[in-house]
Amino acid sequence: MDYFIELLFSGLSRGAIYALIALGYTMVYGIIGLINFAHGEIYMIGAFTSFIIATILTILGFPALAIIVLAGLAAVIWSASYGYTIEKIAYKPLRHAPRLSALISAIGMSMFLQNYVLLAQTSDFLPFPQLIPDFAFMEPIAHIVGSSDMVILVVTTVVMICLTILIKYTRIGKAMRATSQDRTMAMLVGINVNRIISVTFIIGSSLAAIGGMLVASHIGQINFYIGFIAGIKAFTAAVLGGIGSIPGAVLGSVVLGLTESFATGYISSDYEDVFAFSLLVLILIFKPSGILGKVDTQKV
Amino acid sequence: MKLNLSKKMIAAAAGLMFVAAAPVAGFAEDTIKLGVVGPHSGDLASYGLPSVNAAKILVEQINAAGGIGGKKIELLVEDTVCDAKTATDVATKLVSDGAQLVLGGICSGSTKAALPIYQDSGILVMSPSATNPGLTQSGDYNNFFRTIAPDDAQAQLDVDFALDKLGYTKIAVVHDKGDYGKGFAEFAKKFLEESGKAEVVLFEGVTPGAVDYSAIVQKIKRSGAEAVMFGGYHPEASKIITMMKKKRLKADFISDDGVKDITFIKVAGKFAEGAYASGPMDTSKNPLSIAAVEAHKAEFNADPGAFYENAYSAVLAMTNAVEKAGSTDLDALKKALQTEKVDTPVGTISFDEKGDAIGVGFSVYQVQDGTFVELK
Repeated sequence: MDYFIELLFSGLSRGAIYALIALGYTMVYGIIGLINFAHGEIYMIGAFTSFIIATILTILGFPALAIIVLAGLAAVIWSASYGYTIEKIAYKPLRHAPRLSALISAIGMSMFLQNYVLLAQTSDFLPFPQLIPDFAFMEPIAHIVGSSDMVILVVTTVVMICLTILIKYTRIGKAMRATSQDRTMAMLVGINVNRIISVTFIIGSSLAAIGGMLVASHIGQINFYIGFIAGIKAFTAAVLGGIGSIPGAVLGSVVLGLTESFATGYISSDYEDVFAFSLLVLILIFKPSGILGKVDTQKV
Repeated sequence: MKLNLSKKMIAAAAGLMFVAAAPVAGFAEDTIKLGVVGPHSGDLASYGLPSVNAAKILVEQINAAGGIGGKKIELLVEDTVCDAKTATDVATKLVSDGAQLVLGGICSGSTKAALPIYQDSGILVMSPSATNPGLTQSGDYNNFFRTIAPDDAQAQLDVDFALDKLGYTKIAVVHDKGDYGKGFAEFAKKFLEESGKAEVVLFEGVTPGAVDYSAIVQKIKRSGAEAVMFGGYHPEASKIITMMKKKRLKADFISDDGVKDITFIKVAGKFAEGAYASGPMDTSKNPLSIAAVEAHKAEFNADPGAFYENAYSAVLAMTNAVEKAGSTDLDALKKALQTEKVDTPVGTISFDEKGDAIGVGFSVYQVQDGTFVELK
């Protein structure tokens, strides 16, 4: 039973990591129907930014809490400006082009950012400081769930709730939903669609930056390539949960995380990816729009 | 004009070769012929040419000092391009030219192809770089020796260390599914099972680059392993060891030279303390090694390349064996190689009955205060 609980929490924390990235994918897809492949790179840039700021602040002798907050803030601002700029440069000019063009532009952006960080920073693995200390009250259960796992779980839950509130109950959320449903109509009723899309990218990139910082602090190392693998898994999770749906992204991530964890625990970690992607195939066969995805009705 | 010139050069080169080859017939009884084979052109030339340099330097020294037992050494350098077909042709040529010793080949595959030809003629072959375990361990080639540790030596060393020095009885073997890591892990598993002293409680591969390894760490914990033997490179190793410490798993970590990298310590930080990793023996303080490198610099005005020291050591071992045996008869040479220790840049070595050098290869290092310390 202990083993089951240990695996359950391993799966949950993995799922929470995927969820922080998957939320960005699903939001962008929900609004403009684009799979933003550069999202994983935004996550990586967030991790690098917080690494640089945290290192500087540590040298300057700031207290731990201040380091987390300031590094996180810097990562959010920097990544958000990247997200905003990428949309303006790589996606906006292609908004009326076929979907495939924007997709290829996104893949190009992803490669560009990877190689840019490789050249501008380093190809080496860098040691990321442990920003989240080991809380004393967590010690009795530290063998099951660590402090950083707990922080990631809590942050993911809070972010998901805030996003749901933002989209359901605020003016900008209403405008987002309208843009998502029918962009032309939203424009006609006076919604500044360009602004809404920019805001979506900014929110998505901020989430990726927070994810980047927390995950890097959790696993203790970063390099230019981390965004790619994490991005693919998070994208899978978003599709699994129903791309475009916010609770769906979180649910899909948790399902994916748990599948991987239990597959490792009870079968073999050699087959971790086999099980994860078999699950994806199965779900898409029986529910093509994902677990919580809405079926798109073609407007006639 | 250009064409003519190059034709002339070829003619001149051919003529020179003739001149060089001519005395061979005349002095056959008074020289010891050392064949040097390996890739001297093509993609892999950088692995083969340092052996030629090592042989030239040593042969010059030995001949200047009067040769071995009054006999001068003569070099027969042949290019195999690391190609099996070419290597067998070269072997046939060397046999007919009367080579008595061969330094090489460089690549395991072409070396294996040519070995039977040398074996039939009773010619001693010593490679500075062919690491395929089967070359010695199959027992098929009684004329083959090498001055480099075979691929499975690390796994053997790590297993012996875990069993004999640390006394573990339950070991989890984990790898990164790559050729190198999985190869190491499979050898480690085989040796652990053959030893009968320890049980392999877990044998699994992890996915490189995964965001989190806590599930596999929990599985290691449940398996009751006292140590984790990891085959792979440092990025995964540092993630796994960090997660082991975070999940309060008290098991030792033993790994290979893909992990014996300073980045491992930099990234895993305090979690790396106490971890073991095997790596090539440190020969940089060996005076013979320093002298060999200096000789190369003096002669060729450049730093030596890959396997230079292994080749240098191989020539020393062979010439020493000829001197001690007093002949180039294969059985006499084998006996000398196995019984006579010889000081070389890679250490003081002799050979086991299968042909692997004893005293060459890997050491176990432990992370202590942020550096790898060689454990004697």
